[in-house]
Amino acid sequence: MTVVDDRFAAANTDEGPQELRSRSQLTAKEVLREVGAVLRMSEAQAAALAEIEHDGGEDQTMIINMGPQHPSTHGVLRLMLELQGETVLRCKPIVGYLHTGMEKTGEQLTYMQGGTNVTRMDYASPLNNELVFSLAVEKLLGIDGDIPERAVWMRMLLSELNRMSSHLLFMASNGMDLGAVSMMLYGWREREEVLRFFQKVTGLRMNHNFIRPGGLAADLPAGWRDDVLDILEKIEPRLQEYDTLMTGQPIWRERLQGVGVITAGEAIALGATGPILRSTGVAWDLRRDMPYLKYADLDFDVVVGSYGDAFDRYAIRLNEIRESMRIVHQIVDKMPSGDYRIQDKKVTPPPRARIDESMEALIHHFKIFTEGFKVPEGEVYVGIESPRGEIGCYLVSDGSSKPYRMRIRPPSFINLQTLPHMMRGGLVADAVAVISSVDPVLGEVDR
Amino acid sequence: MSDNVAETQAVPTELYGCPMIISLNQRVLLVARDKYVAVMKALLDDTFDLCVDLTAVDYLLMPTRVVGAGIKPERFEVVVSVMSMQKHERLRLRVQVPADDATLDTLFDVHPGTEALEREVFDMFGIIFNGHPDPTRILMPEDWDGYPLRKDYDYGRIPVQFKGSPA
Repeated sequence: MTVVDDRFAAANTDEGPQELRSRSQLTAKEVLREVGAVLRMSEAQAAALAEIEHDGGEDQTMIINMGPQHPSTHGVLRLMLELQGETVLRCKPIVGYLHTGMEKTGEQLTYMQGGTNVTRMDYASPLNNELVFSLAVEKLLGIDGDIPERAVWMRMLLSELNRMSSHLLFMASNGMDLGAVSMMLYGWREREEVLRFFQKVTGLRMNHNFIRPGGLAADLPAGWRDDVLDILEKIEPRLQEYDTLMTGQPIWRERLQGVGVITAGEAIALGATGPILRSTGVAWDLRRDMPYLKYADLDFDVVVGSYGDAFDRYAIRLNEIRESMRIVHQIVDKMPSGDYRIQDKKVTPPPRARIDESMEALIHHFKIFTEGFKVPEGEVYVGIESPRGEIGCYLVSDGSSKPYRMRIRPPSFINLQTLPHMMRGGLVADAVAVISSVDPVLGEVDR
Repeated sequence: MSDNVAETQAVPTELYGCPMIISLNQRVLLVARDKYVAVMKALLDDTFDLCVDLTAVDYLLMPTRVVGAGIKPERFEVVVSVMSMQKHERLRLRVQVPADDATLDTLFDVHPGTEALEREVFDMFGIIFNGHPDPTRILMPEDWDGYPLRKDYDYGRIPVQFKGSPA
């Protein structure tokens, strides 16, 4: 099945185990990878750091596996922790349990079908995945300036509602991880309100494949405005309930404040984006700093923290829900009328009524869904702000109807690298709070 | 989108001695393999402090493609996206990596955040990053054969079972 050069034959590919090695095999280089590199230390300095922390020999520490089936690790994340008592000395995330080769699959699907694939990556914010893929395809096609106004605003509406549902899911899982079980029920309940609207609009609660190259699959249903306003009205007081339940509570604050601290320099060096980067005080949000769609026309704030701890990340997400609601209010007011997709018969299917009367329309319809549309040769990278950070799509086209290479820049995968850094020297009980505050979606980490 | 190069903006055709091209309004720097880490260091000093993405493409099926003036196309291409958070600018670097010597120096010392991304490229394409602190597979099992995203690596298929079909 596989064709491999001799140079890369089986014996040569096994570069060693992925697991965390025992302390006796610990090299200075490994310590450097965990802490030193970010602080720009030399190997010797990093080695010294490892010596200070552990007193006693290897019999004083133990390596335990957390996951892949631990309920608080958000899916199938496996962490190997080296503990001394309750202190975490080292930590290594081991991923790949959910790897299904989605980037390879993406090369086999036409641009039309590609949305069904990417939407399953970050399953907590599927519409943002579809959006970034569609934007990249449109840029390759050269139609990125011709998308009708209504389609652009609809995309923003769905993207922001999706940000709300994703952050509400975070509220639920973060509460559950820290023992606030009632919060889990509330978070899911509010998310359900948003998902119910998605079901009404797209037909599905998740994995919508609704945002497609050229526009959207369908127009908003009648009465959508009332539905959206209804959701906003319902969620507003419930966010205040969250504040009462958690934000001001001494137990909640004790569990989160000062836990999993990361500085701005470290976050940037590790490539972290989204709430993790913003928690360190860096006001970086692609919606404001490199506006896509029509975000430049909207009035919203970028929420930043100041300590870079788990509490800041919680508070940022909670307030981002409020900012998204503010944005949705503006979108509801400004939603233009018009077409919900570009009327380019080579890219989008013709309206249903046209198929009955025009042979040509029928042929176009048939061709788009069987062969797909051809995309000119080229390569492009588009990045947008997903609830977890920058999600990017790098597409290479060879001129056919399938991408030559389809790469999604996964924010969770890259944000996960901050974990060893945040956990080092912390308590194992706080490990759960730290994982939760990174909010990884393993479907996207492993793809 | 704002990461587009404005039409009035003068774009240099060269940066750090590497040719710059514009691909669909996006700045792309074609970097030689031996200059790669040095250019990334220079970019880091020039406010390009966030390494957004590092990935690779296997151009096995596109041997006649044109990369840029004076650049010999090779089978692999490592693509790195960096961003300047001060200037609000993106820049993409493309490095040609030949198939008979699929190695590249690691970016770990410049951007520690590329650690997992380089492991992923090794895992999927078999490009070896010299000096990487943990050159192991990351997504595939550690005893896996071959590199799945290479173009000569086949797709797995499950035959569709039809009722009553002659087996």
